[in-house]
Amino acid sequence: MAGARFRTLVTPLIGENPVTLQILGICSALAVTTSLDTALVMSIAVTCVLALSGFLVSLVRRQLPRSIRIIVQITIIASLVIVVDLVLKAYLFEIGKRLSVFVGLIVTNCIVLGRAEGFAMHHRPLDSLLDGVGNGLGYGLVLMIVGAVRELLGQGSLFGVQLFLPAELGGAFEPLHLMLLPPSAFFIIAVIIWWIRRRRPEQVESPEFRAPVAGTETPR
Amino acid sequence: MPTDAPADSPLRALGIALCIALVCALVVSVAAVSLRPRYLANLEAERFARLDATLATLGDAIGSIGREDIEPRVVRLDDGSYDDGVDPDLYDAVAATRDPDRSIALPADRDTAGIGRRANHAVIYLARRDDGSPRLVILPVVGTGYQSALRGYLAMDGDGNEILALRFYEQGETPGLGSRIQEPDWEALWQGKQAYADDGSVGITVGGTGRRGDPFHVDGISGATRTTRGVNGLVRFWLGELGFGPYLRRLRRGEA
Repeated sequence: MAGARFRTLVTPLIGENPVTLQILGICSALAVTTSLDTALVMSIAVTCVLALSGFLVSLVRRQLPRSIRIIVQITIIASLVIVVDLVLKAYLFEIGKRLSVFVGLIVTNCIVLGRAEGFAMHHRPLDSLLDGVGNGLGYGLVLMIVGAVRELLGQGSLFGVQLFLPAELGGAFEPLHLMLLPPSAFFIIAVIIWWIRRRRPEQVESPEFRAPVAGTETPR
Repeated sequence: MPTDAPADSPLRALGIALCIALVCALVVSVAAVSLRPRYLANLEAERFARLDATLATLGDAIGSIGREDIEPRVVRLDDGSYDDGVDPDLYDAVAATRDPDRSIALPADRDTAGIGRRANHAVIYLARRDDGSPRLVILPVVGTGYQSALRGYLAMDGDGNEILALRFYEQGETPGLGSRIQEPDWEALWQGKQAYADDGSVGITVGGTGRRGDPFHVDGISGATRTTRGVNGLVRFWLGELGFGPYLRRLRRGEA
């Protein structure tokens, strides 16, 4: 039992990572990863929402009529997100301001609803909580890698600590401004996905469409 | 599973939906009410930080100045005179704006800042030279941008005409577009602009056509047309007759 629980917690880290395998939560991964501190706070926020929403949805899953289950899940998730947003505004004002709308947009993060509907609706509360923490950590892992690369190459710092002196201040480091723009997160996530799938070929999706080669078409 | 009603009966669904909605509403309300004081304290701290930042950037223009050099004063907006009967430290502009006895409703065609009502008093910050003449004034301004309230400070030279800085400490515009009104590059455009034309009318404009270097024009932000328009309306309102126009006229005449 403990082994199964442990697997629930760690498989979403790489094996079933919500970002790199399911390609979910990309929007916020682009938006909040220009620096490590925003990426870290966003990861913690999403992990809290995932864990608590999984736990709560699982708690009421037997009472939930099927016809309204999605809207009830969204209600629970939205309430948690509002609370997280309020906590950030009260205790981490500066970072909360830099995260701006993206904290509120956790509601629309497909990972959260996906875990509530796909896991919490037919697992026990404690397992759902662990699944939420695991997926939050999986999401956070990708965010932290992307955030670290972008902040290091874009600003020459990590967590706001200047490691390389930029050229404009007389140092040798030429900041890569592309890293501060959203497309760079796409490139970094793509490289991570490629690297994971090269080591774990079972994650490679079969192509949905293959251009027909003359003479080999199968009759429909 | 309870069997008192069929699993998917509308009544049961309604009941459960209501229960969950109530619990969620309760949690959100409790969190909102209990965390609000801290949030307001953060906003207040940011307001002072922006005031300090406004002062710090002015240092380059007119020599070093700190918060201890400026004195809060209450101004009657109608005629621009000082009202020493009101304590500036206790004056709550937000509450006064809501109070019909202490504010006026603005006619829609003159309300270019989009604020609806305007309080009769305003707290300004004034610094004087050693000879007592005004060195600079810092005026609180508020208006509506594309999707949020804009709050900030307009710092003007003691002559009541030259703009030294415009700094927003609160805005909720689109990140990366309208929010650029808080970026140093755009803020720097304001220094040295002239507020009033020779005939005494408000001369400064923001956005639209204008050439770089024109003392009556500040470039808009591309991609944030409506934020730019909001800032234009805000600045022109607060420099106008319903805003600090009468007070700044006194300054220009050397009466304040």
